[in-house]
Amino acid sequence: MNSSAITSVPVFSTRDITKVYRMGEVCVHALRGVTMDLYRGEFVVLLGPSGSGKSTLLNILGGLDVPTGGSVRFLDHNLTQSTDRELTQFRRDHVGFVFQFYNLIPSLTARENVALVTEIASNPMAPAEALALVGLGARLDHFPAQMSGGEQQRVAIARAVAKRPDVLLCDEPTGALDAKTGVVVLEVIEQINRELGTTTAVITHNAMIAEMADRVISLSDGRVSEIRRNERKRPASEIVW
Amino acid sequence: MVTMRAIHRKLLRNLWAMKGQSIAIALVIASGVAMSVMSLSTLRSLQATRETYYQRFRFAEVFASFKRGPLSLQQRVEDIPGVAGVEPRIVKSVNLIVAGLREPAVGHLISIPDHQPPRLNQLYLRRGRMPEAGRLEVVVGESFANAHGFQPGATVDAILNGRLRTLRIVGIVLSPEYIVEMNAADMLPDFKRFGVFWMPVTEMEAAFDMDGACNDLSLTLMHGALEADVIRQVDNLLADWGGIGSFGRVDQMSHRFITDEISQLRAMGLVTPIIFMSVAAFLLNIVMTRLIDMQREQIAALKAFGYHNGEVASHYLGFVSIIVTAGVVVGTGLGIWMGQGLTQMYTRFFHFPIFQFDMDWVTAGLTTLVCAVAAMAGTIGSLWSASRLPPAEAMRPKSPGEYRPSFIEKFGLQRWLPQTWRMILRQIRRRPLKTAFSIFGIAMAAGVVVLGNYASDALDFIVDFQFRQVQRQDLWINLAEPSATDAIHDFHHMKGVVTVEPFRALPVRVHSGPRSRRLSILGMAPDRKIFRVMAQSGDEPPLRNDGLVLSAKLAELLKVKIGEYVTVDVLEGKRPTVQVRVMGTVDDLSGTNAFALQPFVNRLAEEGPLVSGAWLSVDSKHLDELYAELKATPRVVGVTANAASIQSFLDTVGENQLRMQGFVIGFAIVIAAGVVYNTALISLSERDRELATMRVLGFTRAEISVVLLGELAILTLIAIPVGLVMGYGMAWLSSRSIHTDLFRIPLVIYPSTYARAAIVVLIAAVISGAIVRRRLDRLDLFAVLKGQD
Repeated sequence: MNSSAITSVPVFSTRDITKVYRMGEVCVHALRGVTMDLYRGEFVVLLGPSGSGKSTLLNILGGLDVPTGGSVRFLDHNLTQSTDRELTQFRRDHVGFVFQFYNLIPSLTARENVALVTEIASNPMAPAEALALVGLGARLDHFPAQMSGGEQQRVAIARAVAKRPDVLLCDEPTGALDAKTGVVVLEVIEQINRELGTTTAVITHNAMIAEMADRVISLSDGRVSEIRRNERKRPASEIVW
Repeated sequence: MVTMRAIHRKLLRNLWAMKGQSIAIALVIASGVAMSVMSLSTLRSLQATRETYYQRFRFAEVFASFKRGPLSLQQRVEDIPGVAGVEPRIVKSVNLIVAGLREPAVGHLISIPDHQPPRLNQLYLRRGRMPEAGRLEVVVGESFANAHGFQPGATVDAILNGRLRTLRIVGIVLSPEYIVEMNAADMLPDFKRFGVFWMPVTEMEAAFDMDGACNDLSLTLMHGALEADVIRQVDNLLADWGGIGSFGRVDQMSHRFITDEISQLRAMGLVTPIIFMSVAAFLLNIVMTRLIDMQREQIAALKAFGYHNGEVASHYLGFVSIIVTAGVVVGTGLGIWMGQGLTQMYTRFFHFPIFQFDMDWVTAGLTTLVCAVAAMAGTIGSLWSASRLPPAEAMRPKSPGEYRPSFIEKFGLQRWLPQTWRMILRQIRRRPLKTAFSIFGIAMAAGVVVLGNYASDALDFIVDFQFRQVQRQDLWINLAEPSATDAIHDFHHMKGVVTVEPFRALPVRVHSGPRSRRLSILGMAPDRKIFRVMAQSGDEPPLRNDGLVLSAKLAELLKVKIGEYVTVDVLEGKRPTVQVRVMGTVDDLSGTNAFALQPFVNRLAEEGPLVSGAWLSVDSKHLDELYAELKATPRVVGVTANAASIQSFLDTVGENQLRMQGFVIGFAIVIAAGVVYNTALISLSERDRELATMRVLGFTRAEISVVLLGELAILTLIAIPVGLVMGYGMAWLSSRSIHTDLFRIPLVIYPSTYARAAIVVLIAAVISGAIVRRRLDRLDLFAVLKGQD
């Protein structure tokens, strides 16, 4: 998919959001005023060193947390003022998550891990279809303990996309994987974004991965330090680190 | 200044972080320790107090009654080898007329020397003074005095040898012979309607025309003397004087009653701690295993810094020790408090000059040791694996647990199960041992409630069975001596009497081989409506004219079977010895009885159609008039009113029963809550990642709590029926342990008891579940996004 297919409708828009954690007597300013938009169908990489606030931003976008100040909108939802119940419903209806450590349910098979989500979604794809999408059509009935790390992460991706989310949020999806396996996972994410048109945000501190994005939003010290558009998206298969 | 080592700070902080679980475990331990300290210390106090009392006040060892004999019998009995001391007495049963009491009461009048204390069965003067001869003065036992509020100076009317006399109470006393003041003929103590009085011997002689005679001997034995030999020789000697068989302390009513109580305390003191300790050991096991699991990396770090295996192990051992110590300390305190309460309760039944709760520190020490061992047994496995973990391996996060489809899914039923229930079933299947232990623990709680309520069910059954099915008389009348049948006819004409059923109670000694028992054969009419001989099942074995129907317990004691013969020494009249066939048995609940038709009993005694008394059913409207008439009938020496006995029994026992039940239910809740709460928290800590993941994936709090609480619900639902069965088993054991010749506690458990047990456990589970649910609500979603747990 090229850049022209990306609409100019912002899916997410944050305005001057701040996040302060109180840790005992110390205030930690994780975000110090972040303003940005995410457009429908685009592939964004949030780049930054650890402590830059990228995970906090992703958590707020995904409805896992609310900002201390500023506003976050998802289409017509105001996430800033949502209750816990509304945030849960928002995650259930619109967001797919992929974590660094996969977070599969060990007692459920690949198919069942996906079904866990499809059972509560309104318009999901079949679990087998989602797993086929990530190239695991043959490992439907394996338990997490019977799969490699890369395979587990692909199950996690299948689980995230099976409900046809509006947005796919990935937090260091390759962080626990070796480079070769990581590339396979990135290819899957790239393919989901391309084929399903799912707005995708990937957190990483790995600058190489940023080259596959439409846009790269760099964060440092709780602020957006740079937003740049990649003129040429490098396919995941070409990425090495 | 002493500074705490860092590793000890870690210990305390771990403990603080797990305070809920630690407290739950400590409470289970405390419950077990409390029960044990309470029963065993009270038991020791009771035993020691009784022993001292017996020695100080020279309680006799053998007791013999006979019709009438010369005082020279004393010398002849003293000459029997093995006899140390003999006290001749006059003992008479009399009817009492007590102001304010409608029914007649029965008094036991016992003679004491005029001017010095008796040699045996000495009295402890609680209040007032000892009586002087010639003024109809008596001293009275404390129970009867308390029941009627008698103080020295009070009077009570009694019919002495057919004449109404007024006895003046000058003192209130205690006797080692009547620590429990009860009539040997009664099933239960009734302090209002049975009293013991002591009177100077010259007064007794005069009142009963017993000048120079006696009708009762108390004996002490020399060290090493064989009681059975002495009893045989005493019986031979007294045969000529109308002896009705002598007996040792084992058959002495008061002694036997307390001995029964002591054995119950022992059973309670030994069995309950085992239950509680095994639950505590299990809880410590799951908690420690989990703690060590969660601290793999910390253990690895400690070892990387150079801590030895032993140091690591003792670190976690410290954790266990603190919980156990807290449990023991709290439990001991609680046990002392409960023991004091129990002792207080006993003083209402058992009258000792001084009866105090004495803490038995040896037992407490042993209990502590048992706790420590149980705790070790529970934790040794995880301690071992903690200390053995190689540092490098421990540093790596654990790989995902291995799961397999649960057995339900083997039948293809999974399509009916949502993913959450599959998670639950597989979790249960993956940890079968933990699952089994959790079920066992919760079941134990249900079982304890069943056991606790069983006592009151059994009591209800006994009261109903004994007083509404078997002995349905309103009044039980004993005659002063066996009389011709026409003595009974008078009763028919008394106002208010509806039915009269005569009976013959023949004192005998029954032998089979070396085993023998003293009892009265009850001979009755074939067509009875009032007094029935009935098995617990409701069957009524027919009484015969050619043999005896025995209490099953008696048959067991004598080791005889139906169809076999026993030797019967009749202890009255011509005193023949006969072989009698056992024609049947009946599993009655109290005493060791023998039943037959009256003509058969008269034939055994080689006498005419004599009767010993009658059972009356009465029109309650005329009860007062009837009582008045009976009180004035000299032939009647005992009138026992059924309703009054039941009421007085329930009044005294009911309250204690209720308190005990309260304790037991409290402890059961501690067990149930302890197990459910710990199991839930462990599951929560094992699965917080996946539960948080589900929250992130859009599951609501209610939906994820299904995963956790569903497991608990399944465990609880399985545990309840298991627990009810275990409760039945424990009740069975308990009924076996109280299977004496005095009492049998039937194994009766009403459905309401099972229901109550289920409800108690369910409530405990729901409350624990609610607490865990609240924790779940505070689950940190961020922790899950970053890193391993």
